[in-house]
Amino acid sequence: MSSGGFIERLQTGLWAENPGLVQLLGLCPLLAVTTTFVNGLGLGVATLLVLTCSNALVSATRRWITQEIRIPIYVLIIASLVTCVELIFKAWFPTLDRSLGIFIPLIVTNCAIVARAEVFASRNPVGASVADGIGMGAGFAMLLMVIGAFRELVGQASILSRLDMITGGEPFSGFSFADSGLLLAILPPGAFFSLALAVALKNHIDYKRRISRNASMPSNLRQTRK
Amino acid sequence: MSDRPVIKIGMTLALIAAVCTALVAGTYQLTADRIVANKKALLEQSLQPALAGLSYDSGVSESRLVLQPPHELPGNDAAVIYRVFAAEKPVAALFAVTARDGFSGSIRVLLGVEFDGTVTGVRILQHRETPGLGDKIESARSDWVFQFNRRALGDPVATGWAIKRDGGEFDQLSGASVTPRAVIKVVRDTLIYFDAHRDEIFSLPTTEEDE
Repeated sequence: MSSGGFIERLQTGLWAENPGLVQLLGLCPLLAVTTTFVNGLGLGVATLLVLTCSNALVSATRRWITQEIRIPIYVLIIASLVTCVELIFKAWFPTLDRSLGIFIPLIVTNCAIVARAEVFASRNPVGASVADGIGMGAGFAMLLMVIGAFRELVGQASILSRLDMITGGEPFSGFSFADSGLLLAILPPGAFFSLALAVALKNHIDYKRRISRNASMPSNLRQTRK
Repeated sequence: MSDRPVIKIGMTLALIAAVCTALVAGTYQLTADRIVANKKALLEQSLQPALAGLSYDSGVSESRLVLQPPHELPGNDAAVIYRVFAAEKPVAALFAVTARDGFSGSIRVLLGVEFDGTVTGVRILQHRETPGLGDKIESARSDWVFQFNRRALGDPVATGWAIKRDGGEFDQLSGASVTPRAVIKVVRDTLIYFDAHRDEIFSLPTTEEDE
């Protein structure tokens, strides 16, 4: 895996190796909290924070982390960071914290984070690791927001409900389009359907791109795979 | 790798553990006050609806009185009473009590009573009643719970504290009669308790938080 430039790393995390869409990591929070856009945004930002900081810390200490103790050290670093993020949420975003509930502390178990520590941060300099954390975190957060917005639109026929949990102020019930939506989208099966749609859409876009790239190439260089 | 002395690896682990602990401790120090304040504000906010139309001193949550079972209030779990004052004079009390005879499991009810025994508001804190039927006791789902407002022990008289089907004065919920009966009973029993123990309630010392 090359460390590449900052922009390149961002693109990798956001699209080519998106932790949710491609690696299918961290599905538990992804499926559980994405009932609204605001919930998705909240957990997405929390995960982004933890992932970026944990990548930075693991990368900065990688010279001292030996093979034998690397797992306990990852666990220590990630658990401490998640605890800090949880305290910060409780202090400054208490309503969002209650809405996300157990899923803030459960960021500890998001395998996307320990995977990036093991696969990337422990082998690359701090700058590249931070870029990787931001890219992967943003990719995960983006997916949470997209699925959250989709499920909220279809399931509740509204968008941005409870935005006050982030901005503060009066309770805000969002922009509503109809009295009720398709309940299925809010229920757990709706989460699986939404994720499947998102993965399918991503694969479709990649496929179309490959076709158009191939078409513009001389015939002797065209890829034949897939 | 394995020829590296164990003691050095142990020291590395200990050092990183110490740094991480310091990080968490520092964050805790920064956030502790805000978190406590948030918890208090949240509690006060949740008590507010049961004290509609009353002006009172802030800090209701600090006047907490916890009665461990056995007590004479409804329910066989801890009952919580908040004493409400205005200019240091008792004006009302809030009860968090449990009705054990709901349709499925117990119903936790919050009840506000003015010093003279008039109900200021009833809210359902927790329940597992049937969605679409019994859950209409929630203030967010129907107006049913508002009919307790401004009622008192003599209004209606004792036989009136029942649903209309049982000859009482309170509306039933279509399709559910067990749930309303349970809530009416717990409100009435709490009012009876308040009537008998009013002075005692306001003179008992605050229960310390055990956290």
